[in-house]
Amino acid sequence: MKPVYVVGAAETPLGKVPDHSEFSMVAVAAREALGEAGLGFRDVDALFTNYMGEEGSVQLGEYLGIRPRYAESSDMGGASFEFFVHHAMLAVTAGRCEVALIGYASRQRSRRSRRRAVDATDQSLAAQFEAPYGIHFPIGHYALSAARHMHQYGTTSEQLAAVAVAARQWAALNPKAWVRDPLTIAEVLASPMIADPLHKLDCCLVTDGGGAIVIAGPERARDAAKRPVRILGAGESHCQWHVAQCPDLTVTPGVVSGREAFAMAGISPSDIDVFEPYDNFTHAVILYLEDLGFCAKGEGGAFAGEGRLGPDGSLPAMTSGGGLSYNHPGALGILLLIEAVRQLRGEAGARQVVGAEIALAHGTGGLAFSTASTVILARE
Amino acid sequence: MDPITVDPTTEPFWRACREHRLMIQRCRACGHHQFYPRPFCLACEGVDLAWVEAKGEGHIYSQTTIRVPATPEMTPPYVVAIVELEEGPRLLTNIEGASSEIGDRVRLRWRERGPLPPLPVFTPAEPGS
Repeated sequence: MKPVYVVGAAETPLGKVPDHSEFSMVAVAAREALGEAGLGFRDVDALFTNYMGEEGSVQLGEYLGIRPRYAESSDMGGASFEFFVHHAMLAVTAGRCEVALIGYASRQRSRRSRRRAVDATDQSLAAQFEAPYGIHFPIGHYALSAARHMHQYGTTSEQLAAVAVAARQWAALNPKAWVRDPLTIAEVLASPMIADPLHKLDCCLVTDGGGAIVIAGPERARDAAKRPVRILGAGESHCQWHVAQCPDLTVTPGVVSGREAFAMAGISPSDIDVFEPYDNFTHAVILYLEDLGFCAKGEGGAFAGEGRLGPDGSLPAMTSGGGLSYNHPGALGILLLIEAVRQLRGEAGARQVVGAEIALAHGTGGLAFSTASTVILARE
Repeated sequence: MDPITVDPTTEPFWRACREHRLMIQRCRACGHHQFYPRPFCLACEGVDLAWVEAKGEGHIYSQTTIRVPATPEMTPPYVVAIVELEEGPRLLTNIEGASSEIGDRVRLRWRERGPLPPLPVFTPAEPGS
């Protein structure tokens, strides 16, 4: 198969962004990302976005002046951008496009737009069978998963907290991280309980932010100003929407997306130098470690608890500080990809993982791991 | 939102709630039980489904205590759980009346909701029951 590359990657303004709209944020990031590849908006012939309003790619295309011949605004939750890398790679390979732009921005912090409950009014199955029970959206859904994992495998609150501590250790090395103060396991456990067993500090941040990624084939990658990063493999899957429909809340569709991505890449988990997991909740990382094959099912808690994810660990993970400490603009997936690219280019400054050759970005979306998409990237 | 009037596929379920009966679907071909209702069997893909009344007994598959306000109708703390019915299907619900743990046996009870159909919730089963 013809090689496909990430040829540009850039964050939008992050944190609290008072002086932009979502569309202008994407424009700024997209311009920077395309510039890295020596490209402009007029070169883009494939456009991917999510959460940019109805017919999102249409709205974004109009704003940027792009009329694509390949377009997608599917809603796969926060993992949409990993799905999009998969789809863009296939589209480039099939000759259906040459330059794919993936963009996203949110001002969920400034707008205070996050909802806390399942919509009880939209006549959906969730309105009928979830909303009346007052489940907190989405923390309640994820708490049911965490509680079951602890029950089934003896995973502890301390092991969950170790994930937050590792993320914070990385954030301390990233000037763009939203919170950088030192954090201890005791402080995580002392933070208010939101939905047992998830404390406040087991949950990700709520910030503004977003980013842009540019994907192209070898012809375009040759001209890139920065070192292109090759897409080695990608995979995707999804499972339940309603949390009670999940056959096993300790297993995510990452089992499938990871298997597919590793098979395409022809490598195994032991080859991964940098792991960028969608750390919306601490236990999420523990489940991914198991489902992607970094350890056996049930051993993710011990893996995280041993401090292996931090700057001195054997599997550097959440190297930006992650959704837990760097930024979480509602949909984190695009920032995972950008951090993976930065690490593979050797641009990560104080948090650079020495000798990073292969990185894995793993996204999730929806409610308690509804969706999963895994992307494996390599330094050329 | 009155679920009886909005969704023909779930209307039989909500009508039965009015009579304090928890109805699930059973496939006449393969015997599989399922909830929520669908026009085919998830196990064998057959379409010959019957509504049957669940015994209203089961166990807690997972649970969480919600400790922050999520909706004006519920005052924290309260327990949201997934209960696995003896017949097999799971449903999201609340556990009321006593403290509970994952794995505990529970039985059905009903929460009245004014003009809306009563809501199936669960309570820990008495020891030995």
